[in-house]
Amino acid sequence: MLQIKCPYCQELREEDEFSYGGEAHIERPANPEACSDEEWGAYLFFRKNPRGVHHEMWNHAAGCRRYFNVTRNTVTYEILESYPMGEKPAVLAAGPGERN
Amino acid sequence: MPPMQVNRLEKGGRVDRADAVNFTFNGRPLQGYVGDTLASALLANGVKVVARSFKYSRPRGVVGHGSEEPNAIVQVASGAATIPNLRATQVQIYEGLEAFSVGGWPSVDFDLMSVVGWFSRLMPPGFYYKTFMWPARLWLTYEHFIRKAAGLGQAPQLRDPDSYDKLNHHCDVLIVGAGPAGLSAALEAASAGARVIIADEQHEMGGSLLSGKASIGALSGQQWLQDSCEQLAAYGNVTVLPRSTVFGYYDHNFLAILERRNDHLVPQLRTGSRQRLHRVRARQVILATGAIERPLVFANNDVPGVMLASSVCTYLNRYGVAPGKKLLLFTANDNAYQCALDWHAAGRTVVAVVDSRAAPDGPKVNACRRAGIEVIAGHGVIDVKGKKAVNAAIVAPLNAEGTALTGSSRPLDCDLIACSGGWSPVVHLSSHNGVKPRWDSDAIGFLPGVSSQAECSVGAAAGSYTLLACLAEGAAAGASAAGKTGNGNGESGFVAPNTQEKTEHAPQALFLVPHSQRTSRAPKQFVDFQLDVTAASIELAAREGYESVEHVKRYTAMGFGTDQGKLGNINGIAILARALGQDIPSTGTTMFRPCYTPTTFGALAGRDVADLFDPERYTAMHRWHLEHGAQWENVGQWKRPWYFPQSGESLHQAVNRECLAVRSSVGLLDASTLGKIDIQGRDAAEFITRMYTNSYLKLAPGKCRYGLMLKEDGMIFDDGVTACISENHYLMHTTTGGAAGVLAWLELWHQTEWPHLEVYFTSVTDHWSTATISGPNARKVLAKVCDDIDLEGDQFKFLDWRECTVAGVKARVFRISFTGELSYEVNVPAHSGRHIWEALMAAGEEFAITPYGTETMHVLRAEKGFIIVGQDTDGSMTPQDMNMDWIVGKNKTFSFIGKRSLARSDSIREGRKQLVGLRTLDPLQVLPEGSQIVNDPAEAIPMAMQGHVTSSYYSANLKHSIALAVVKGGLGRMGDRVYCPLADGAVIEAEIVDSVFYDPTGERQNV
Repeated sequence: MLQIKCPYCQELREEDEFSYGGEAHIERPANPEACSDEEWGAYLFFRKNPRGVHHEMWNHAAGCRRYFNVTRNTVTYEILESYPMGEKPAVLAAGPGERN
Repeated sequence: MPPMQVNRLEKGGRVDRADAVNFTFNGRPLQGYVGDTLASALLANGVKVVARSFKYSRPRGVVGHGSEEPNAIVQVASGAATIPNLRATQVQIYEGLEAFSVGGWPSVDFDLMSVVGWFSRLMPPGFYYKTFMWPARLWLTYEHFIRKAAGLGQAPQLRDPDSYDKLNHHCDVLIVGAGPAGLSAALEAASAGARVIIADEQHEMGGSLLSGKASIGALSGQQWLQDSCEQLAAYGNVTVLPRSTVFGYYDHNFLAILERRNDHLVPQLRTGSRQRLHRVRARQVILATGAIERPLVFANNDVPGVMLASSVCTYLNRYGVAPGKKLLLFTANDNAYQCALDWHAAGRTVVAVVDSRAAPDGPKVNACRRAGIEVIAGHGVIDVKGKKAVNAAIVAPLNAEGTALTGSSRPLDCDLIACSGGWSPVVHLSSHNGVKPRWDSDAIGFLPGVSSQAECSVGAAAGSYTLLACLAEGAAAGASAAGKTGNGNGESGFVAPNTQEKTEHAPQALFLVPHSQRTSRAPKQFVDFQLDVTAASIELAAREGYESVEHVKRYTAMGFGTDQGKLGNINGIAILARALGQDIPSTGTTMFRPCYTPTTFGALAGRDVADLFDPERYTAMHRWHLEHGAQWENVGQWKRPWYFPQSGESLHQAVNRECLAVRSSVGLLDASTLGKIDIQGRDAAEFITRMYTNSYLKLAPGKCRYGLMLKEDGMIFDDGVTACISENHYLMHTTTGGAAGVLAWLELWHQTEWPHLEVYFTSVTDHWSTATISGPNARKVLAKVCDDIDLEGDQFKFLDWRECTVAGVKARVFRISFTGELSYEVNVPAHSGRHIWEALMAAGEEFAITPYGTETMHVLRAEKGFIIVGQDTDGSMTPQDMNMDWIVGKNKTFSFIGKRSLARSDSIREGRKQLVGLRTLDPLQVLPEGSQIVNDPAEAIPMAMQGHVTSSYYSANLKHSIALAVVKGGLGRMGDRVYCPLADGAVIEAEIVDSVFYDPTGERQNV
């Protein structure tokens, strides 16, 4: 069971309090109608599945109810950082085997 | 009188000979002493056969002395409190204990199932796959037979009478295992001031110190142990947990410990919870889990009386039990010679030490020789004589590699064979996190891999087998772990005690002792005792093409038992490696998973059972419903009235009556559970408009609008009515089950994509009680309790809402309808729910107002063709599929969520399933919901599926059955005949019709 730091509450709390929000930093196209089916499909369905560093959203569902971002290693489950919505990650994938 | 304890020594050990304990084994009365385990007491009584094996039903005896024991699996106690599949080596005896073998029928001594053994050539590995998978209809018969043969324990049939609890902890340092390494670590960490938890699965701390005669400096090992335990007990910052198995090591240093609090007590003395689950978040973890001796694999090595050398030492030294008269020790290392020395010192006969190495010459070896014990070097025990007990060992000379015989064999009389193939570090916990153990050829075993967690392994668990190394490593790790948590400087003050340990010469890696016949022809050479996996079956698996150790595990079942192959795995992997012609590191190991030993469901559930399993949510009118005989439907956590049967009514009779009452006069529904989200802010209307398919920008105060909410893939996700309360203030209704999900969905978009929009969401579901009056007389009923607004149809129209006073309570009344009748949803502050309900019931009395439940609500809405999200939709339905294109805004400036997806090629293709009505040809026949729809029931299987029935009821108002269904291209198939073939072979014929069965123009709701 993970221990996650909520960047708003500034506390390390049990995973029970959070819900997973999927991959982070996916921007909704500004003009969806201008997207081709392929572009829209890529936005809608295609997600990274890296072995290693992954940026993902979590919601502090049983706490402040806010979404934030987490950088997590999908192999070791280490959480490398948490940061608020709208900010960029400080930890990026390193090797060629890891995508970012 | 219980029988004499024939194998009990006159003195020695940690049992209390003044305190006898009476117990029974398979109904036979026996006696042991306080301090005994069931296994030591059985051995003391000369009980050799304790179980029958899983597959071949061979007699089996005690092999080990701890959680590794594969054979002595017992069921303890009877009735509701019975516990299956315990290891006798871990059961402390108490007065009156009843224990039973789990295998063996009719008894372990005379087992009819052992005839299976005679046919064992017919039961190769993969037997179950090869034989029992076909024909499928016989599988149940086979399974019954296998279950009986398999010798698993009996699950209790009655409700568990015990209570269990959970405790959450945080600590600086968690130490797993309280042998010399663990204790040494605990002393250091505690003295540095760290908060320490030390857990051990045994009932007393000490690990290997309990089993041996080692000394530490000037102290005996036992004295050092006692002193150390007293020191630890004196620290306020140390929690000592005996009888506590750390069974799982999870992410971020989260560990689970099962503490057995009173299983060892006489039932009358048990108080409080039976077991406790400790959930520990540790900043640092020290794994001092020790090592388990590895048995040697030779023919008939499962005959009762073949034991681990360290277990023989343990029974001798710790329990004062000599499980035999004449010992033969078979070893490939110096370490096990201690067993022969201890046996000799106890005054019993050592027949010989058989050592596979050509020229053993270490200090312990020579100590044996000096004691007059014959050491037969360069030999191995290749076979055993005896069925239910060892009569003799067959000994033969081996080549230097231990792979072939070099001469003829001879028997040596003995009744106990102690064997040692070396040690296997207990790496289970460290591998629970996905860390692969690594092979170490010096240690001849797998050592813990490198973990990303804040943990370390010390002592025998890390391949350090000497007492001094265990103490030193433990101390260093204890100090270091404490230092990392800010306690002390991380430096250990450990001073090595002045102890002379006998040095040991190199052991031999011996994983399979050769026989005069090749493995496939030799008598069974057991690798995994619990699941009867032999060396021959592993070689056969390799011959049949299995290369991955994980596949071989599943094919042969090696390591699949409740012992997870604690004894057999390394031998099995080595035998596989040799069969594949490769080395052990490239063969690899299987992964260990939680739980380290079997864990009771009760402990995992704790108090979260029965009424406390899941919260139940009640509306403010709940008690009224209860008093009026409501039957309940669970909707999420809500309890909703399903229907209100009058005396003697069935479900259908009650629902028919309720349905007729609503359409002919008036009914009352508790709609409080409907999700309600209060939405406020300057950009509230803009935000809501982005979330729904239609627009709310022009929705005026006092007005309501129905909306469909889509996921970004264009599929319907929720629906409901939103009311404009005032400027920048809205109330959104959601489905009962969808309320939490919708709120999270709104938050997601607001927080991640549009944080610049000023809008706030608050769940107000619980703030309001809602009573829905529905039916042609609804207005007359409401008028009797509400006189401060004009209820006339031209003043208070359909899709209007008004603030008013109902029965003296400030209320919001929404004129919206899910039945198609004239309806008013009366919302009052939650605590007035029952008051308003009773006031409306009283006001409606002259109209025979009828309370109705969810079933009637479902029928009435289906008559109108109103969908229920999640019943008529399943996450793959667009608004167009539901024939609801009318609600999709075409000219909204912002591309609402899901809009673009409605134009995807898949969303606009021909042949999508569409919502239609179905009328059965037989008007009384009700289609089962979920029925598949085909065009031609005579078509060959597999038939072309055209869709399925989503809602289906008998309509008392229409006097025929009605159904909603999704059918490929259904909107273009009005009037077509379709068929629903049922599981029983019957076929129901139906006609595709419009999904609105009743009042298609909506006159009734608009009056």
